Amino acid sequence: MAIATTEFESAERAGHSKDYHWTLNFGPQHPATHTTLRIVLTLDGERVVDAQPEMGYLHSGFEKLGEHLTFNQYVTVTDRMNYISPMANNVAWHCAVEKLLGIDLTPRCRYIRTIVAELARLSDHLLSNGAVGLDTGAFTFFLYAFYQREVIYDIFETLCGARFTNSYTRVGGVSHDFTPLVVQKIRDFVKTFPKTLRDMEHLLTRNRIFVDRTQGVGVLSKAEAIGRGATGPVARASGVTRDLRKDEPYLAYEDFDFQVCCAVAGDCYARYCVRMQEMRESLKIIAQAIENLPAGAANVGIDQRAALPTKKQVYSTIEGTISHFELSMSNRGFAVPCEESYAATEAPNGELGFYIVGDGGESAYRARCRPPSVLHFALFPHLIRGHTLSDVVAVLGSLNIIAAELDR
Amino acid sequence: MPHTPPPLDNVLQSLASRWGTLDVSTYRNQTRIVVAESVSLEVLEFLKAEGFDLLVDVTCVDYLEYRGALNRYGLVYLLTATTTNQRLTVRVFVDDPTPCVRSVVPLWEAANWLEREVWDLFGIHFEGHPDLRRLLMPEEFAAHPLRKDYPLQGRGERHNFPILTRHDG
Repeated sequence: MAIATTEFESAERAGHSKDYHWTLNFGPQHPATHTTLRIVLTLDGERVVDAQPEMGYLHSGFEKLGEHLTFNQYVTVTDRMNYISPMANNVAWHCAVEKLLGIDLTPRCRYIRTIVAELARLSDHLLSNGAVGLDTGAFTFFLYAFYQREVIYDIFETLCGARFTNSYTRVGGVSHDFTPLVVQKIRDFVKTFPKTLRDMEHLLTRNRIFVDRTQGVGVLSKAEAIGRGATGPVARASGVTRDLRKDEPYLAYEDFDFQVCCAVAGDCYARYCVRMQEMRESLKIIAQAIENLPAGAANVGIDQRAALPTKKQVYSTIEGTISHFELSMSNRGFAVPCEESYAATEAPNGELGFYIVGDGGESAYRARCRPPSVLHFALFPHLIRGHTLSDVVAVLGSLNIIAAELDR
Repeated sequence: MPHTPPPLDNVLQSLASRWGTLDVSTYRNQTRIVVAESVSLEVLEFLKAEGFDLLVDVTCVDYLEYRGALNRYGLVYLLTATTTNQRLTVRVFVDDPTPCVRSVVPLWEAANWLEREVWDLFGIHFEGHPDLRRLLMPEEFAAHPLRKDYPLQGRGERHNFPILTRHDG
């Protein structure tokens, strides 16, 4: 159980020397950070008195690159932001670009993007919950989760050829339409996955050791969650009922029946439970979407001049030829307004938005990414104070910090 | 169909009644207001009291090469009301040689790292920030790399990086 911070403060006020405090460097290379980040912990025995998070070890100037790559090229960079769920980043980036350019997607594309974004959510939650299990000693649980991620990778590989860095979306569409094989694989996954989910819940949800390690650890209240900018599962585990899929429906989310999963405890266990429940809801969305997948083209038509026309159109129609030429030439491309817009999606980790400034050129004038991880990592010292050293990994895992998204 | 956000008429009216006519514009259902630097903190405080309790993002745009731009830096505050799902973008423009705005950390703790990032990458000073250090770049880094006059490939920092050997350490 946590000792209130005030006890330490009163001890300090009483004039006790702080010589007994010692400093521990956690990271930047540590197996339990899972990525490259650093936390300087001040310890009193095993209790964490203070934590000083440091970031920037993976900073690679993604936002600067966004000012030099075209709207279609930059999708490869978004893969590398949150590499646990690259599909969700692809979708977020191109939703933002299409909002700026004013492109209306086809119904089929909306459904396809919804499905891949939800698959990405599953793969993210599997890993983040799996890692919490791993760090608190539940290795079997992690392997169950990781096996299912492999199945999702297989679906993505069948879909677009890439397992990890998918770069799947394009302005006005997607790089590959769903084939009957992909649809079949997703249907199979929807059938088989609930069994694993049940197994995982049986392994961990009422496991005494796990519950003791996570319940009451790293408590975030509702007011703090809002004030400190938490979004996604972290906020919902603290009782914030905000989910962009419901509150600001984008893509095809309006068509589906699903619940927003919330908890009120705000501790690591609540965050674990919210993610587990969200996987069930995501599965519901995928099941509904794959059975009601609209027919027709996946990409927008040549009249919108956004997505490359099919080869058949290029070789047999003059509009197709012109459209292909216009989109391929470096001095033509899209009609980009001199405007700015922000579009957000409910990524697995929270609100992932892009603030894009267009200046008429083929690439963004400014491509700001609003990364949920940064705000969640800023919560860390607040959540860990007063807990023990072994709780550091539980809290860090439950926040699901992805350093590549953190540093961009 | 794209989602239509809830209207902001009430908020805009009460803002106008307090600070006079505002520069309000709308693009793709997004409402933006431009606020003078001198009253930015008061306006944001007012908006927070009006229900905009979630500070989604603080960022900046360097308009150095932007056609027709009057000011060099444009700060962006993205606000959301979690109860009504209204969104509002607040713009504050500042200029060289000493771009400076007042920090909103007293209003939203979320601004702490977001403002540190803007300071790091754009060199905008946030007055009253409790801990204005670089967030992403190393402490000894001299430039602010997201400014438009900073080249994409850097100014050779990587080539001149001091290499410490075991002996030096």
